Amino acid sequence: MVLDKIVVTILGISGISFIYWFFIKKNDQQINILDSVDIIVEGGYSPNVISIAKGKTTKLNFIRKDPNTCLEEIVLGDFKIRKYLPLNQKVTIEITPQKSGEFKYSCGMSMFSGKIIVRQNTN
Amino acid sequence: MTQNKKTFLIKGIHCASCVTVLEDSLSKVNGVIKANVNLATEKATVIYDSEKATNQHFINAVSSVGYKALIDDKKDGKIDEELEKQKELRDLKIKVSVSLFLGGLILWGSFPLLMDTSPKILQNFLVQLILATPVQFWVGFGFYRATLLALKHRTANMDTLVTIGTTVAYGYSAFIALFPDITKVAGIEVMPYFDVATIIIGLILLGRYFEAKAKAGTSEAIKKLIGMQAKTARIIKDGKEQDIPIDMVKIGDLIRVRPGDKIPVDGVIVEGESSIDESMVTGESMPVDKFSSASVIGATVNKTGSFIFRATKIGKETMLAQIIKLVQEAQGSKAPIQRLADLVSSYFVPVVLMLAIVTFVVWYVFGNPPVVTFALLNMIAVLIIACPCAMGLATPTAIMVGTGKGAEYGILIKDAESLETAHKINTVIFDKTGTLTNGQPEITDVIAVNEKDQDKLLMLAGSIEKGSEHSLAQVIVKFAESKKLSLLKTEKFQAILGHGVEGVINGQRIIFGNKRLMDKEKIDIGNFGDKILKMESNGKTVMMLAVDGNFFGFIAVADIIKESAKEGTVALQKMGIEVVMITGDNQRTANAIGKSLGIKRILAEILPDQKEMEVRKIQASGKVVAMVGDGINDAPALAVADIGIAMGSGTDVAIEAADITLINKDLKSVAMAIVLSKKTIRTIKQNLFWAFGYNAILIPVAMGVLYPLFHISLNPIFASVAMATSSVSVVLNSLLLKKKKIKLN
Repeated sequence: MVLDKIVVTILGISGISFIYWFFIKKNDQQINILDSVDIIVEGGYSPNVISIAKGKTTKLNFIRKDPNTCLEEIVLGDFKIRKYLPLNQKVTIEITPQKSGEFKYSCGMSMFSGKIIVRQNTN
Repeated sequence: MTQNKKTFLIKGIHCASCVTVLEDSLSKVNGVIKANVNLATEKATVIYDSEKATNQHFINAVSSVGYKALIDDKKDGKIDEELEKQKELRDLKIKVSVSLFLGGLILWGSFPLLMDTSPKILQNFLVQLILATPVQFWVGFGFYRATLLALKHRTANMDTLVTIGTTVAYGYSAFIALFPDITKVAGIEVMPYFDVATIIIGLILLGRYFEAKAKAGTSEAIKKLIGMQAKTARIIKDGKEQDIPIDMVKIGDLIRVRPGDKIPVDGVIVEGESSIDESMVTGESMPVDKFSSASVIGATVNKTGSFIFRATKIGKETMLAQIIKLVQEAQGSKAPIQRLADLVSSYFVPVVLMLAIVTFVVWYVFGNPPVVTFALLNMIAVLIIACPCAMGLATPTAIMVGTGKGAEYGILIKDAESLETAHKINTVIFDKTGTLTNGQPEITDVIAVNEKDQDKLLMLAGSIEKGSEHSLAQVIVKFAESKKLSLLKTEKFQAILGHGVEGVINGQRIIFGNKRLMDKEKIDIGNFGDKILKMESNGKTVMMLAVDGNFFGFIAVADIIKESAKEGTVALQKMGIEVVMITGDNQRTANAIGKSLGIKRILAEILPDQKEMEVRKIQASGKVVAMVGDGINDAPALAVADIGIAMGSGTDVAIEAADITLINKDLKSVAMAIVLSKKTIRTIKQNLFWAFGYNAILIPVAMGVLYPLFHISLNPIFASVAMATSSVSVVLNSLLLKKKKIKLN
């Protein structure tokens, strides 16, 4: 029964490669935001990577549709914000970034995350 | 249309007919879609269009039928959160009970030895399949939904691991139960593992139940602060007193406070006096006596007297609202120590999935028969034991408890980073005036060359200082005025920087200032030199006056050292922290104060704009420096220090340059803040060590690394017990911090 072992090994290697490609190598599309954005919280955040202007107040409207308690809190550590997201209610967070760069936001336990890219110009 | 829902209390409901009347009245408000009044809770719930209806409309509608609506917007969100949490805990309880009960039955009918005592029906594989199915798909529905939603985003989390682990166990067992013959032909042991799938689901949810309960405790401090807010205020309008909801109080309103009342907002007393317990807001344990023109803080409790005050700060401007905001911000910030945990968390689940595949393949290829069973059980154990939650909870729960605990003691920490840095402090620099001392100097001696000229000395000093902006000038002018001395006009007034002042009064040239000024003007102070020296050595500031070149006398001023200064500095020194005093005073005065406080390193004669430089110099010698000041005059020094600590004054707590604000004005709090930081960081380190160590040790054990040597492998049920306890234990460890008293040795 060597053949089955070879098949299992090949399937195993393929599985590992798939997991690496699917979860780790994924590329999120960046969305440019002007004034406000609705971020749907359902199994993650969509849109997940947003780009906003430096020095300008942007409204992030989080709407949690997922009852999973892992997603019940939103944390924007760099902006000192931790908020509870009641199910199916819009929670608006206003931020006025003073520094450009990439800032992570996540759920309370950092399992789900998204990115805020603060760009220099206002275009 | 923006549909909104609001719940508020109504005062005065006592019968079922009130309910109808109120519902009718609220329904008539333009924009209200539905109004519901509950007699038992005395609350109204309105669903309305927020573009048309406002709080004021509801208040008017309720008052038009003779009741009172108490609308508190800040609490709305909280009510939602509480209700959702309660519902979540109830659901979890039911699901845990169902899954553990059914899982228990399956275990009874399938576990070696134990199964001999069970009814025959429970040993039937098809019966086990029927018992396991509702657990897998009804109780476990949440895991499936979360997994699928996460997969849409190409992310994986804790639910993904549980879903895959239990589905594999359930699917494998279901196949065996449904097709035992095929299983036998394939050479696989006919042994289903329904107990594994069901009990794992039950235990993991049980872990979540306890975790949710414990987590609620971490945010207790902020809930307590929010709950402290008064609900109503008794305002005086047109000579009449009436109770109104707190959010209707306006700046300038006159408010009556009776003994035992909670002070509704911040303000200034205009009539009456009382003793006020401010411990709940400032952490100050002793009641404070307040008189006319003293400021009062909202949410503190009036003890004895009755008084009227004028509201000066309302809503978001009150001290309590600022404290709540600061604590919330601190709890929302991230500590640098968390970065590694965050990085690991983001790759954790995919890596565990890969390790689970490796486990299966290695056991299948190299393991002993029955290879499929072993390979599957070990793979499931790996998926189940991995616990990313413990890592995610390690830092934030401790930060939440730590910052909340600080607020309880009147120590407000700006963010998690400040809390983390504070434990490394090894040098504390205290600004003298206003920090170690009261900052309000008092005149201690007035000595004239001719004893009978004392009043004249004061009158001349007061007259010339009237034009000066120096902090001591005010004291002298006030003192002279309190003696009913009429001050004269000064001509040709001039301030001599770092020396004193000069001017002409009644044609006579007057100079008033320190010894340097006298030396510069070549004025002979006669045999008063020793006396002056002695006073300066006792920490007094001495200012000398000369008339037309002749020494006339001197005035000694002393700034009283705060009661808590000595204890505060000694406590720091006992912790091995160097204490430094920085002041603009002359070396002798500074030394005297330093000596009485046991401070050895004194930086005297430092001008305000040089303080920042001095802090930098000490930092350059490799020290981690905390600068303690009033936050206004020394803002640059506070900002440049590793930790700037401001002593709060009045009702303003949001001091921009400060990393930590002490609102209790007690200097022992500096040491307490450092102790709190040390304790919090210790808890975080314990949590992280536990969370990392747990995964680093138990994942390989679950993979079976101990099997070749010791024949030890992990049953997936034990894996789920370990997993459920690991995240709960991290939260409980953080909660222990709440129980710890911050004590100074």
